[in-house]
Amino acid sequence: MAQTGSKWVGVHPVIVRICHWLNVIAIVLMVMSGWRIYNASPIWQFRFPADATIGGWLGGAIQWHFAGMWLLVANGLLYLLYNIFSGRLRRKFFPIRPREVVHDMSEALHGKLSHADPTHYNAVQKLAYVGVMLLIAGVIVSGLAIWKPVQLQFITELLGGYEASRRVHFVCMALIVAFVALHVVMVALVPKTLIAIITGRARVAQTVAQTVAKAEAA
Amino acid sequence: MKSLFAKKVTAQADARLIGEVAKRLDAPARRQFLRHSISLGSLAMLTGCGTESDEALDKMLTGISRFNDRVQWALFNPDKLAQTYPDSMIQQPFPFNAYYEKEEVRHVDGAKWKLEISGLVADKHAWTLPELAALPQVAHTTRHICVEGWSAIGRWGGVPFKTFLERIGADMTAKYIGFKCADDYFTSIDMPTALHPQTLIALSFADQTLPAEFGYPMKIRMPTKLGYKNPKHVMAMWVTNTNPGGYWEDQGYNWFGGS
Repeated sequence: MAQTGSKWVGVHPVIVRICHWLNVIAIVLMVMSGWRIYNASPIWQFRFPADATIGGWLGGAIQWHFAGMWLLVANGLLYLLYNIFSGRLRRKFFPIRPREVVHDMSEALHGKLSHADPTHYNAVQKLAYVGVMLLIAGVIVSGLAIWKPVQLQFITELLGGYEASRRVHFVCMALIVAFVALHVVMVALVPKTLIAIITGRARVAQTVAQTVAKAEAA
Repeated sequence: MKSLFAKKVTAQADARLIGEVAKRLDAPARRQFLRHSISLGSLAMLTGCGTESDEALDKMLTGISRFNDRVQWALFNPDKLAQTYPDSMIQQPFPFNAYYEKEEVRHVDGAKWKLEISGLVADKHAWTLPELAALPQVAHTTRHICVEGWSAIGRWGGVPFKTFLERIGADMTAKYIGFKCADDYFTSIDMPTALHPQTLIALSFADQTLPAEFGYPMKIRMPTKLGYKNPKHVMAMWVTNTNPGGYWEDQGYNWFGGS
């Protein structure tokens, strides 16, 4: 199958792929059960369609939400600890230079951004991925503030009180959903990224493969 | 996308269809196809939309909810006070909420009302309103948080529950206290929460006699627990080591329900 002049390179370590797909399950569970909980007492003048929710009723949705939270938190910690201690976090996501973000964003909008080397994130990707990590941290912290406004009241107070924490929780959710939508669109545009997050590998041009090998050796 | 989250019928039809297609494929392709459908099936399961594995799912979710009870019990700090607010922040009118409509609120005759006591206590005599009113009284302006998400600040006054438990000689090493209400509601709490300084036998709301819709003649008020754990129109209570459950808790709400 392999075309001449192309080669498979490793993109995502297995632990990153496992964490990614567990996170997909956790986020889907949390968002869809969260929408059902929101519907019980909407903050704004709208409700989510019942068909887009999990749990069947408020009690069921809460059961899912407070089961899914353990998966979200445990998996998030595993991902974070691996990435910090392996040096992958620093290597893959930093530095994020504003000038590069602007440049890469403009390239992307003009359809000129190169995806030749999937082992390397462009500045917009770095910003988006670090951003969604922070959003997930934010949704967890604001979730704790809503769940434990007495026992963990320092968190609730930090976010401006119980009612403010609910809104922070909602806004983090909304931004995570926006990230997911954009993320899925980008995957549809560059399908080899989907292969890479499943198999861990991507086929690249011979020249890119050499660069990657050189970088790994260094 | 939508079919994934559809109802029982669709899920079963999908399962049949998957089986049919799998039969027609050759062996390696079939293995691969089934591998994919397993993940599809588990995703459908996660939606909790009435597949045959509903019972197993229910069991798992209930098990996690019991685990969450233990986590909350461990997290509960008996000295940690809920935030109090200035009386100017009391919400008026305060929202009514129950498992029935406001028109169906029970009107208990306070003159005839007696709080029945049973279980692991020394003194089981039933308490009248004047007897409760003669005990030391306190009032706190705190936030009531509903499981639905909304919250409202109110002021509840009455007898510290700990004082009352001491008075009746309750076994403080027991684990639970159960409550039965005039509106057929019932619930139960853990002993550490019962002994919390802000847990009250509430006889007043906003410094007025407790109105019927908020639980006349008496409700248990705990700012450390969600609304459904705060029983209204309490008729009987008992101290026990067997978890008495609750109206909503038995249907799936988390039992501890702590804030």
